[in-house]
Amino acid sequence: MTETTLLDVRNLTIDLPRGADRPHAVEDLTFTLERGEILCVVGESGSGKSMTAHAVMGLLPKAVKVSSGGIRHQGTDVLSLPERDQRALRGGRIAMIFQEPMTALNPLMRVGDQIDEVLRYHTALDRAARRARVVELLASVGLPEPDHLRRSYPFRLSGGQRQRVMIAMALAVEPDVLIADEPTTALDVTTQKQILELIRDIQAKRHMGVMFITHDFGVVAEIAHRVAVMQKGRLVEIGAAEEVLNRPKHPYTRQLIAAVPHLIEHREDFTRDRQPVLTAQKVCKTFHIGGGFFTPGRKVVAGDDLSLTIHQGETVGLVGESGSGKSTLGRSIVGLIKPDSGKILFEGVDLLSLSRPAFRPYRRHVQMVFQDPYASLNPRHTVGDIITQGPVAFGEDRHRALDKAKELLTLVGLDASAAERFPHEFSGGQRQRISIARALALEPKLLIADEPVSALDVSVQAQVLDLLEDLRHRLNLSMLFITHDLRIAAQICDTIAVMQKGRIVEIGPAKEVFGNPQHGYTRTLLDAIPGKGWTVPEDVVPVTRRSAALRNSA
Amino acid sequence: MTAAAITPARKGSGFWGAFARNKGAVIGLVFLALVVLMAVFADLLYPASPWDMTAMPFQPPLSEDALLGSDTLGRDIASGIAHGARVSLLIGLTSTAVAVLIGVFLGAVSGFYGGRVDDLVMRFTELFQTIPNFVLAVVLVAIFTPSLTSIVLAIAIVSWPPLARLARGEFMSLRSREFVHAAVTTGQSNLTIIWRQILPNSLSPIIVSASLMVATAILLESSLSFLGLGDPNLMSWGYMVGAARTVIRQAWWMSFFPGIAILLTVLALNLVGEGLNDALNPKLARKGRS
Repeated sequence: MTETTLLDVRNLTIDLPRGADRPHAVEDLTFTLERGEILCVVGESGSGKSMTAHAVMGLLPKAVKVSSGGIRHQGTDVLSLPERDQRALRGGRIAMIFQEPMTALNPLMRVGDQIDEVLRYHTALDRAARRARVVELLASVGLPEPDHLRRSYPFRLSGGQRQRVMIAMALAVEPDVLIADEPTTALDVTTQKQILELIRDIQAKRHMGVMFITHDFGVVAEIAHRVAVMQKGRLVEIGAAEEVLNRPKHPYTRQLIAAVPHLIEHREDFTRDRQPVLTAQKVCKTFHIGGGFFTPGRKVVAGDDLSLTIHQGETVGLVGESGSGKSTLGRSIVGLIKPDSGKILFEGVDLLSLSRPAFRPYRRHVQMVFQDPYASLNPRHTVGDIITQGPVAFGEDRHRALDKAKELLTLVGLDASAAERFPHEFSGGQRQRISIARALALEPKLLIADEPVSALDVSVQAQVLDLLEDLRHRLNLSMLFITHDLRIAAQICDTIAVMQKGRIVEIGPAKEVFGNPQHGYTRTLLDAIPGKGWTVPEDVVPVTRRSAALRNSA
Repeated sequence: MTAAAITPARKGSGFWGAFARNKGAVIGLVFLALVVLMAVFADLLYPASPWDMTAMPFQPPLSEDALLGSDTLGRDIASGIAHGARVSLLIGLTSTAVAVLIGVFLGAVSGFYGGRVDDLVMRFTELFQTIPNFVLAVVLVAIFTPSLTSIVLAIAIVSWPPLARLARGEFMSLRSREFVHAAVTTGQSNLTIIWRQILPNSLSPIIVSASLMVATAILLESSLSFLGLGDPNLMSWGYMVGAARTVIRQAWWMSFFPGIAILLTVLALNLVGEGLNDALNPKLARKGRS
C-alpha cells in the first residue's frame, strides 16, 4: 500500500441470502483506489458493482453480509469500525451520489436545508457560515442563482440540476473519496455530458479519488483513468483505461466492448423511391396536465406540426431527449393517443379520420414493441396465450394460432416450448424477444419499436438489435425506431428524424444527419455522445457485423 | 449448480408457504373450518329445531340437558349457536359476494374508462359513502321487512363502496401498463381487456379486502338481529344476544356464548384475511419481515 492509496479493498466476499441465484454477490474482490484518479467499475446488471459500493458505504441490506476480506480507508478498517465512527466516515471522508436524483433527495425539504443538514452533522460551523458554505457549494457545481436556488424544493429542479445538488451535498465536507453509482444513467445525453464534465472538473480540482460505477463503455472512455470490469461478482480485468479500452484481454471485456453500439456507417444508401407505407402530416398534440374547475393546468406540447414518411422496407429512427415527444408520435400511429390535428396516412387511408370499428382492421398492419419487457407482458398469461391473443381477436383458430406462435418463437431465437411457460421465467432480453414475437404474430407491415432495448444490458441489447435487423430484412418490414441513444439509431436506421420539444428539427438519411448535421441541436446531441473520441478496436468487432459492413460498402 | 438447486424449493412453497408463515392465519383458518363444520352438521348435532324448548328455562351452563345452558324459554344455547353459525356464515358470504360484484363492476368501469364515466360513478359511490353504513342498513331492512334476502341486500348495499374504490385504483394503474397497451394494439376488445388482462392482475387486493368484509358483514347482521331486525324465522347469534340482554345480570351465559361465537369468528376471518394479504401481496409482507 502506498501513501496515495485511499481505498484498499482486499479479498472482499459478500454473501447473498440463501435462495438467491448465486451464493456470493461479490467474490474475492481486490482493488485499490488512488488519490487523484477516476476508477470506473463496469459491468452488467447483477455483476455486483453496486453491492461493492454499498459495502464501502456501509449501506448493505440486512440480509447481505460481508463474509471475508476487508475494506481499508487510508489504513483504517472500515468494516470493523463502531457504528459511530462509520457514520463520521460516511459523508465525512467518503461520499456517495446515486443513480436517481429524484429519489435520493428528500422531496419535502428545501435543497439548501438538505445540504445544511450534512454540514450540521459533520462540521462545527455556525448558522451563517453554513449558509455561506451552502451557497458556495451550489455555485461550485455550476447551479445558477445559488442564493435563490437553495430555497427551492427538489421537484422544481430538472434531473440534471438535482444531480448537481446531490454532488454539492456529497462535496459539502470535502471528502477524499467520491463514489458515484451510475450518476448519469437517468439523465439525457446532453445533461450527462455536463455532469461528467463537472465530476471530472471537481475531481481534478480537489484531487479526490472517484469510484465511478457505470455500465456504459462510452462513459468509461470519457472519464476513466483506470477501469475495473466485473462479471457475476468477480473482477475479471483491471488496468489503465487506455489499455482496457484499446487492448482488452479478458473475453468478457471483449464481449462487452464489442456490444457497444458505435457510429459506424455500414448502411448502403436507402432508395426512397419505394412506396410510402405511412405518412404523418402536420400531426399536433398538446397534453393538458393537472388543472381543476378554476385552475387552468399546465400545457405540454408533445407534437407540433410533425410530418414524416416511412417507405416500404425503411427504418426511420426518431431520436431526441426525454419529453421531446417521440413516444407521442409512435403512440399516435398505433392509435393509443389521439392527436389534436393532422393526418396519419397508412397506404393512403387517414387513420385518424376512422371510427373505432373502421380503424380496427388497420391495427394488425401496425404493431408495436414496447420499452419495458417487464411491464409489457401480462404476468398471469402464458407466453403462448400472450402471442396468440392478437390473432385470436382477429378471428383466427386458437390451435392454428398456437402453432404459428411456436414458429414465431423459434424465429425470434427462443425454444418452441417457451409457449407453455410464464413471462417471469424469462430474462429481460428473452422477454423482449417474446414481445417482438407478439408484434409479428399479426403479420404487420409496419413495426413501431419504442425504446425496445433501453431497459437491457449492452450485450443483450446488441443481440436484440441484431434480431430486429435480421427480421426486417427477412420479412421486409418497415420500422419506426424510437430511441434516445444516437449510437443505436446510427447502427440500425436508414433515415433519422431528430426531435426537440415536440418538433422535428432535422430529418434526412442517417449518413447525412450524422455526417453533416445541419441543425444546431443535432450537433449538440452528437457532441454529447459519450466516448465519441474512442473507436472500438478493430479486432473485437464481431464478425457478423463486420461482414455486414463489408457487404454494404461493396 | 447450487443456484439451480435452491430455486425450485422456494417455488414449491408458493402461496401456501407464504400463508403458513403467518401462524395467526393458520389458527384462524382452522377455527373457521370448525365453524363451517358446525354449521354443516348442525342438524346432526342438534336434530331438534333451535326454537324448541328442550330444557328448563334459566338452566346454567354444564347442566344435564343443556351444555351451555338454556335461555328464558328453555331453548338450548348450544343448539342456537350451532344453527346460528349457518345464518351468520350464509349472510356473511352471500352479502360479501353481492358487494364484490357491485363494487368490482362499478370500480372496473370507472377505472378503465376514466373521464366522465369515472366522475359519474365516483360521485354515485360518494353518495353511499356519506351515509352512515349502519343507519342505512337499518332503514333498508325496516322498509323491505326483515328477511334473509333483504338483510343480505342491505348489507351488500352498504358495503360495496370501498371495494369500488379499490377496484378503480387497481384498474387505473393497470390500465396504463404496457401489457394493456399491447392488448389494445393487437386489436383486443375492451371487454376482453377488462376481463382477461386487467381483472386477473387486480384480484389479489380485492380478495384480501373481501375476506375482511365477510367479518364486517357478520357483525352487521348480528347488530341488525340484536335490534330485532333479523329474519324472524332464523336463529342467529345477534338475535340470541339481543333477546338475552334484559336478563344479562341473572343469566350471563345467554348472551356470553353467542357473543364469544361472534368475536372468535370475526377474529378468525381477520386473521385469515391478513394471511391472504401476506400470501397474495408478497411485496408488502416482505417489508415487515425482511
